[in-house]
Amino acid sequence: MIDATGNPRTILLLGGTSDIGLAIAIEHLKTRPATVILAARPDSERLNQATAAVRAAGGEVHVLEFDAADTASHAAVIDAAWDIADVDLAIVAFGVLGDAEQLWQDQTAAVQAAQVNYTGAVSVGVLLGQKMKAQGYGQIVAISSVAGEVVRRSNFVYGSTKAGFDGFYRLLGQALEPFGPKVLVVRPGFVKSHLTRDMAAAPLAVTPQQVGAAVVAALRQGRTVIRVPAAFGLVMLAFKHLPGPVMKRLPV
Amino acid sequence: MNDLATDTEALTGWGRTAPTTAQVLRPKSPEDVIAAVLAVAGHNADSPDHLRRGVIARGLGRSYGDPAQNGGGIVVDMTGLNAIHAIDEAEATVDVDAGVSLDQLMRAALPHGLWVPVLPGTRQVTVGGAIGCDVHGKNHHTAGSFGNHVLSLDLLVADGRVLTLAPDGSPDDPDGDLFWATVGGIGLTGVILRARLAMTRTQTAYFLADGVVTHSLDETIAVHCDGSEAGYDYSSAWFDAISPTPKLGRAALSRGRLATLDELPPKLAADPLGFHAKPLLTLPDVFPNGLANKATFTLLGDLWYAKSGNYTGKIQSLTGFYHPLDMFGEWNRAYGPRGFLQYQFVVPPQAVSEFKSIIAEIQASGHYSFLNVFKLFGPGNRAPLSYPMGGWNVCVDFPIKAGLEEFLGRLDARVLEFGGRLYTAKDSRADPAVFHAMYPEIDAWRTVRRRVDPDHVFASDMARRLELL
Repeated sequence: MIDATGNPRTILLLGGTSDIGLAIAIEHLKTRPATVILAARPDSERLNQATAAVRAAGGEVHVLEFDAADTASHAAVIDAAWDIADVDLAIVAFGVLGDAEQLWQDQTAAVQAAQVNYTGAVSVGVLLGQKMKAQGYGQIVAISSVAGEVVRRSNFVYGSTKAGFDGFYRLLGQALEPFGPKVLVVRPGFVKSHLTRDMAAAPLAVTPQQVGAAVVAALRQGRTVIRVPAAFGLVMLAFKHLPGPVMKRLPV
Repeated sequence: MNDLATDTEALTGWGRTAPTTAQVLRPKSPEDVIAAVLAVAGHNADSPDHLRRGVIARGLGRSYGDPAQNGGGIVVDMTGLNAIHAIDEAEATVDVDAGVSLDQLMRAALPHGLWVPVLPGTRQVTVGGAIGCDVHGKNHHTAGSFGNHVLSLDLLVADGRVLTLAPDGSPDDPDGDLFWATVGGIGLTGVILRARLAMTRTQTAYFLADGVVTHSLDETIAVHCDGSEAGYDYSSAWFDAISPTPKLGRAALSRGRLATLDELPPKLAADPLGFHAKPLLTLPDVFPNGLANKATFTLLGDLWYAKSGNYTGKIQSLTGFYHPLDMFGEWNRAYGPRGFLQYQFVVPPQAVSEFKSIIAEIQASGHYSFLNVFKLFGPGNRAPLSYPMGGWNVCVDFPIKAGLEEFLGRLDARVLEFGGRLYTAKDSRADPAVFHAMYPEIDAWRTVRRRVDPDHVFASDMARRLELL
């Protein structure tokens, strides 16, 4: 159950090694102990580190084997999570970034990115929605990206997968509203995480911990969409209103 | 399977926090309730999911947290089953449906010279809810809690039988264990359908009241310990939880008893059992978050304190003496859409310095509470989950804001350490391990519960949150 001050008792992290997802879970653990179910590919060093980090923050950890691209296996994973306990908070945090210039020219890589980032996310979103609808409450946090709000030349394959992701989860939230569950779509900018470790930090870069704090604050306020940092609201506004020819010349 | 006529509705408690959506059933007869319980009990693979998430009875929704919510399950709104079957003036008893409100009961019983023996801070609670939370009132030190006045009750249990239970046992419950597990059992032993209550005789609907104003917490405690409490059937105090020491804990005590006919002035004596209060004002749902803050609360507190004063032998109506908030309907809206939570605890009478340290911690916390009630309880009863026990009982209201949970978590630890406990009718956020430690007999209660409901037919959000099943 989620209590009166907004603390979840059971958290499911799909993408169990995601730096952002872990930061959100750990931010919650600062106020109240919880069970954290990490759904991830098994037996990796990063999964061991994730488990240790959650335990150190006071969480009770369960691990479920999860492959975002294998949609046929998803129903069993979600069922297994609910067998542990009613899931109060589910964080959809898996995704691949890839090399932007490779992605638009390499069919295999592009299809894989689309399958993980979009198809896999829709797959778990439908399943989470049904489970939470049946329990009459629940919170989904869907990690989108500012790259999906305005798809730009610099990373448009990734951006297009997140555009689909973003639209799906925003409207899933509307569809679930009469039945109790809520969805928060989170659009971070450049996050300094393992996903971006080989890239130079972009302007307005944030840490996973900053995203975690912003997400928990937004949940307590009942928000449905946030950008992290919030200043991206202005950037997005500019992007949406710049004339096409100008936008094309910008190195974004 | 789901041919139950239910409505999908989001429900919260009176604190308006943590909504969940349930299938709400509004039964027209006890048979409808039995059918719903049997539908849940007979759950099978063909049932829709919500039929597998249990059923809980709900009264007027005045519990602050989640005992009458059941996310994804069935909630039975009992307020439609509200017949008063009998009022026995000679025996001073009533026989009522569980959905009868204490307001309805009071208005019906007064012309017979009968008074509801225990009234909590609002009369907008049902008899079923009053038993399920074992509510208490201003007369706890002389009358005990609501369960002490139940002569017998009819409980619909998980297998569809309706058992008749009594405090000293009955053929359905020889040792009375199920009766006392149901008193304070927040609906988790079954659905209370009907109850017979022992009423208090009265000549009037008025109180003869004395007021005392104190100037510090020490003085407030001293007034409660000087033996004067024994001279009053009813006693409670509003106290200041915002001003720093020495004003911290200053209180306005209001104590009294039901007035006799010859004590009333002639105008009231013409209709001594009349009761005519109506809400003056229903608050609209327009209040922003944050209006309930230190500045407004300090002002309200000073006004309340100033209007209280010292007096003796004052004749007061029930509203004036007991239910001043009834002047405002839906007053919980004043806290804004984020809602608020009420924190009520009791610590043993000997823990005076510990008690004072908790009050000081509340004042220093940066969380401000205006509606503060203070009462010295008498001894508790046999019910394992009944809240009242002898000691210092305090109730404070906090608007939901950042840092509240961390603060209350620290208070929980103090209350537990000092041998105290929290109240199910008020709690909306306690940790299950802490809650269990506060109720030493909780395992005995769970044993009785599981005996009558091994398959968790009865379930609520609170039961899941506090791990009570």
